[in-house]
Amino acid sequence: METFFFILFAVVAIFSGLMVILKKNPIASVMFLILALFATAALYVMLMAPFMAAIQIIVYAGAIMVLFLFVVMLLNLSKIQEGGVSALKIIGALVAGGIMVAIAVVVRSIAIPADSGFLRELPAEYGTVESIGRSMFITYLLPFEIASFLLLAAIIGAVVLAKKKLE
Amino acid sequence: MIISLNHYLVLGAFLFCIGVAGVLTRKNAIIILASVELMLNAVNLTFIAFARHWGDATGQIFVFFSMVVAAAEVAVGLAIIVVLFRHKESINIDEVNLLKW
Repeated sequence: METFFFILFAVVAIFSGLMVILKKNPIASVMFLILALFATAALYVMLMAPFMAAIQIIVYAGAIMVLFLFVVMLLNLSKIQEGGVSALKIIGALVAGGIMVAIAVVVRSIAIPADSGFLRELPAEYGTVESIGRSMFITYLLPFEIASFLLLAAIIGAVVLAKKKLE
Repeated sequence: MIISLNHYLVLGAFLFCIGVAGVLTRKNAIIILASVELMLNAVNLTFIAFARHWGDATGQIFVFFSMVVAAAEVAVGLAIIVVLFRHKESINIDEVNLLKW
């Protein structure tokens, strides 16, 4: 059962990821990106991270992708001429393939038995909102506050950049 | 077939490489930004798979912070794209070469 759902969501994620970079229309790209984010959220649930799956759907697929769609529709883009197959595109595809091969070699070389599944016994509270919240507000309180400052800086930066007058 | 860490790592690698290919081959700035999101998402998946493997939820906290950084990056990146469009009437990155040479 777990195998079936893993393969299902992995195929959906890879297919929609390919559609993100292959579709000409930016709106279709963003829609497929939302589908990819949903598929990974389902995989998070299978990895015992339900809180992260909820955050992924609410923050990523909800808020960030709406921002994307908003800008795409605001700019009213005419289709950009992507051109045919050029040397740069071939180099780009080769670089991506090379990174894939490198990661595959590294994954093969690490000493994890391939067909044993996840061995470690998980504590009962693993991945619950309570345990995540406790470690976020106690152990990682300082990074949490720094993250809030980062978001504040990003908001101010975005407002300053997008203001009408630049002078 | 039993699903183990390796399957999740290979899936993350696939998604990451799709993102790399998108960044390197597309010319539309918004799609490049979407490809960067795809790469961040692949790394988040790897983080959560490793957290499950070691039985330690710290990886999930890291994913939370990486989502915060992604949100900040998207806000600033889209603001830059809006400014770019206002100046050039285009978001084709081939026409944006002010800082190139």
